[in-house]
Amino acid sequence: MAIPGSVQLPAETCVPSAVSTAPVTKLAPRHSALVRVTHWITTICFFALLLTGIEILISHPRFYWGETGTVLTAPLFQLPIPSSRATVPTGYGYVLPDQNGWSRALHFEAAWIAVLTGLLYVVFGLLTGHFRKNLLTSNADFSWRALLTSFTKPLRLERPSEAEASSYNVLQRLTYLFVIVILFPLVIWSGLAMSLAFASAFPWSVTLLGGHQSARTIHFFVSLALALFLFVHVAMVCLAGFWNRTGAMITGRTATRKEHA
Amino acid sequence: MINLSRRKLLVSGLAATAGASSLAVAARLAQKYGLVPPDHGGIYGLGETLTYASQRLLTRHSLAREFPRSRISPRPFPNELAPLTEEFKRLQAGRFADWRLSVDGLVAEPASFSIADLKSYPSRGHITELACEEGWSYIAEWIGVPLSRVLNLVGVHPQAKYVVYTSMERDTWDSIDMADALHPQTFLCYGMNGNELPVVHGGPLRMRLPRQVGYKNIKFINRLTVTDSLKGFGKGLGSAAREAGYAWYAGI
Repeated sequence: MAIPGSVQLPAETCVPSAVSTAPVTKLAPRHSALVRVTHWITTICFFALLLTGIEILISHPRFYWGETGTVLTAPLFQLPIPSSRATVPTGYGYVLPDQNGWSRALHFEAAWIAVLTGLLYVVFGLLTGHFRKNLLTSNADFSWRALLTSFTKPLRLERPSEAEASSYNVLQRLTYLFVIVILFPLVIWSGLAMSLAFASAFPWSVTLLGGHQSARTIHFFVSLALALFLFVHVAMVCLAGFWNRTGAMITGRTATRKEHA
Repeated sequence: MINLSRRKLLVSGLAATAGASSLAVAARLAQKYGLVPPDHGGIYGLGETLTYASQRLLTRHSLAREFPRSRISPRPFPNELAPLTEEFKRLQAGRFADWRLSVDGLVAEPASFSIADLKSYPSRGHITELACEEGWSYIAEWIGVPLSRVLNLVGVHPQAKYVVYTSMERDTWDSIDMADALHPQTFLCYGMNGNELPVVHGGPLRMRLPRQVGYKNIKFINRLTVTDSLKGFGKGLGSAAREAGYAWYAGI
């Protein structure tokens, strides 16, 4: 049976069993070129967005719900961090330097590149069947037991099986789909809703989220969810073998051990 | 094999030529239709240009959201002010009777307006949100005369592309394109929530652009200059804020 996301190698590339009976390392195709390129562009953009997002956030580390909110109104919550503005009461005796100018410019530029890269990825994913083959779980594949196992195995710090080096397990598929279909669109939407000019052309984009300040608060929490995803994603890559998995996302091939009797 | 690589070479050559020429055409068209901001250079120029161009295409005539009177924020937050100059204090002592807004540049008749002159034209109001790039926002009723009214009075030359506006505050000036200058919600604002515009909010005269964030809404306006190029103003980047690192276009 063909493993999803991989191509079966022609027979002549297999090592003849007469030569060696020891486990042999060979390189199997893993990620297509477009997935690899868009993955790393998104990675760079994500770090730029995260860093500049934090910089913008510290100029007003207070959050509100609804349309409006200033230091004269009660916040929904305030982060216990110092601020880059003297007008914000933080309890700290100092004010951080203002970094909003370049932070905003880089935030929007990285967002543009990430969104255009994402569009390319989605078009590619639909045309080539990448979503269908590698991310959607068919009813036959899905079982609650498989989902539970994919949860508990990494919690027991168990390395993934050989099969998982060439395809995604159920939990991975659901997580990646959640990030691609829910979190990325929501972070883009809540970001755009904060734009006064965008909101003038598409007022429903703000009202559906509950107002300008609600959009900002949602943007913050979705960003937190994305940062959490990044943390778990890298932790899983480390558990599975950092250089093997990272190498596969760079070269497109993964080293798999094949037993030959 | 030779045929295949020759075909490949031909196809990729054609694709590269098509790509390069369509980029050149796009740049030419963007320039022609006013989709290139003055700060299009540098490492952030790509992002600034994409934002400005796309928002100009999508929002040229769209109106900022307006709110019912019941949603006016009870306590509008006045941001920090630089220390007021001696000249400002002198004008303030005279209740701004001597305040003048001068209008020059590419206009048929350069003119100067007192606050009373501006108030003699039909006043307009809108209840809109002022949002700061820092993240906070409030809703207020803004009362004033549409900038387009004043521009029509002085007669703007057809080649005009920008309106530069200058504050009495030191080193404070900015500019907007004609789409924003002629937009019906762009006000020379002298009133707020039914009263005179308080000094802390920019009185006697503030530029009010509800589709751009707070820092484009400059306080203490005393000069307008209509121009076809921003090259002669400061470093040619379009605003004092831009020279301090803040984007010229602030619709986002």
